[in-house]
Amino acid sequence: MSAEIQLDDVCCDFGAFRAVDHVNVTVKAGEFFSFLGPSGCGKTTILRMISGFTDPSSGVIRIGGEDVQGKRPNQRPTALIFQNLALFPLMTVAENIAFGLEMRGVDKTKRRMRAEDLLKLVDLPGAADKMVSQLSGGQKQRVAIARALAVEPQVMLLDEPLSALDLKLRQNMRAELRAIQKRTGVTFIFITHDQGEALAMSDRVGVMSQGRLQQVADPRDIYNNPVNGFVAGFVGENNIFAGTIGAAAAGFASFASPEGTFRARLGAGAVSGAAKLYVRPEHTILSAMAGAENSVAVTVGDVSFEGSFIAVSGQSESGAHLTAEIRNDGSATVPAPGTKLYMGFDPARAAILPDHDKA
Amino acid sequence: MQDLLRRYGSTLTGLFVFLTAFWLLVLVILPNVSLFEQSFRPYLPFVEIGGPKDVYSVDNYRQFFSDAVETTMFGIPVWISLHFLAFLDTVFYSATVTLICLALAYPLAYYLAKVAKPQSLPMLLLLLFIPLWVSEALRAFAWYIILTFNGPLNQFLMGLGLIDKGVRWQQGVVTDYDAIVAVLVYCYVLFMLLPIYTAIQSLDSNQIEAAEDLGAPWWKTHLRVVMPHAKPGIASGCVMVFMLSAGSLLVPSVVGSTSAIWFPQAIYTQFNDAQDWQAGAAYSMIFLLLCIVFVALMMRLFRVKLSDIAK
Repeated sequence: MSAEIQLDDVCCDFGAFRAVDHVNVTVKAGEFFSFLGPSGCGKTTILRMISGFTDPSSGVIRIGGEDVQGKRPNQRPTALIFQNLALFPLMTVAENIAFGLEMRGVDKTKRRMRAEDLLKLVDLPGAADKMVSQLSGGQKQRVAIARALAVEPQVMLLDEPLSALDLKLRQNMRAELRAIQKRTGVTFIFITHDQGEALAMSDRVGVMSQGRLQQVADPRDIYNNPVNGFVAGFVGENNIFAGTIGAAAAGFASFASPEGTFRARLGAGAVSGAAKLYVRPEHTILSAMAGAENSVAVTVGDVSFEGSFIAVSGQSESGAHLTAEIRNDGSATVPAPGTKLYMGFDPARAAILPDHDKA
Repeated sequence: MQDLLRRYGSTLTGLFVFLTAFWLLVLVILPNVSLFEQSFRPYLPFVEIGGPKDVYSVDNYRQFFSDAVETTMFGIPVWISLHFLAFLDTVFYSATVTLICLALAYPLAYYLAKVAKPQSLPMLLLLLFIPLWVSEALRAFAWYIILTFNGPLNQFLMGLGLIDKGVRWQQGVVTDYDAIVAVLVYCYVLFMLLPIYTAIQSLDSNQIEAAEDLGAPWWKTHLRVVMPHAKPGIASGCVMVFMLSAGSLLVPSVVGSTSAIWFPQAIYTQFNDAQDWQAGAAYSMIFLLLCIVFVALMMRLFRVKLSDIAK
């Protein structure tokens, strides 16, 4: 069972501060959807509005087509997993998981059976009679998921639940969460500030900044075709050139900046005037000779060997800091600091975007 | 101890140990031991103290259970000593005071800890504390005036037309102890409020929300999540209010009805009016012992550990 979530022109004000600003988005039933953004961008407020802890100042929220205005959290088909998990420390694992069922008046033996089933589902059999304090971080995580699943929600809301885990565990839990979502078919709405998490787990990602939804797309589109400077800057690394848009034709335009004149893809919303050019480090090519177009002379500064790639940072003649990445195919040479190289890029892999967020 | 020595040196450490030992031995243990010893000695004229008649016996304790009178308990007639009856009444009505305080303080503590805006908290706490700045004696006399026959409470209720003629509140309406219970609740409700407030404040608000999100109605959230968390606070509040109420001498003396005997009054009568310190000591010992037993019983009943209360 899963339900579609519809946010229709939703705003949320806290006094004079607008936390969520005219958000329109539809999360499909059974989808794994992430809201990605820096802290304070309003993503947690969206989650709290869907779960019913905060009321929108205006706009309509529909769960499974039904307007949920005025419904308390205990009347909504949603289950929230808190950032700190909020497990009940005075109850055993089984009591925690069965809490929702207990509230629904399910009898004790049935509750126990269901709790044990769910513990199997989250790969934690035999933990039923432990106290929460005896569990490790990852195990607590699983208990929180099981507790939320126990009430058979149509929508699971996850508020950065992985942020407290260490790196290795976090990566395991990503796959685990994804698998649980596929197995149960429940709509997952996931909140995170970690772009890696959002890109790796989600069917679609909504990038937020200052209460506004900047872009909603699948992870590949978010990364490869960001619609504005914020999305390009927040998701992944970028070399950024400031300048003005020149002659445009067939989706490409020339771009004049202090580092030189380039040609690049014209992104959505960028028409003319001041704009920024974004090139990802892994889309640059370093060579000893200047290319025909889109070539910047750089003096190599720091070189860091990262294993699968080599990150080279350098400075252009106009003083801009630029980074390039060389894929380590086993024979890649590491440039020495101080050498002069040319950094080039494919016009199709560089985007000219308006230099402000969606306003 | 090693740690203390290293940190504060021998002079200060010696002072700490001395002061703590002085307090415990001279101010707590010694008076109680002396009281205990006194309670077994007879009441004698000064010249006979230490004489042949000054021998240990349990006569003082026997006195507590003597002079049986007929009374009814829950409709059943029983023969019981007057002082023992006073003791039972004191325990029963102190427990009543404790329950009323709990019923009043828990919602208020929850409101202060989780609902009230943080900005308005200092003001609210101040308003609650102002009455505490006035001495207990004055507050008890204030209640004496309020409850008196020609007092403001009767005037007010008659003004509203709720009653036709004055009520003798101090004689009690439901029981002989009405006035005592009401004023004790007023005096000690804050001793219930504060520990519960502190306990609820330390509860992660997400747990309350999690319970609601999982479908709990508000009262079940309290029963299953908030109250278990606040149990140490509730327990220490209850012990404090119970002991203060049961040990109160002033409030029952000021507002008590003529037919209500609060046990500390019985002890006071022995010490002061009868000048029989030995019997007074025996009564004090009995009172101390039985109150400890009662509290221990309640703790066992509600599965509260001593360490919870000390928190």
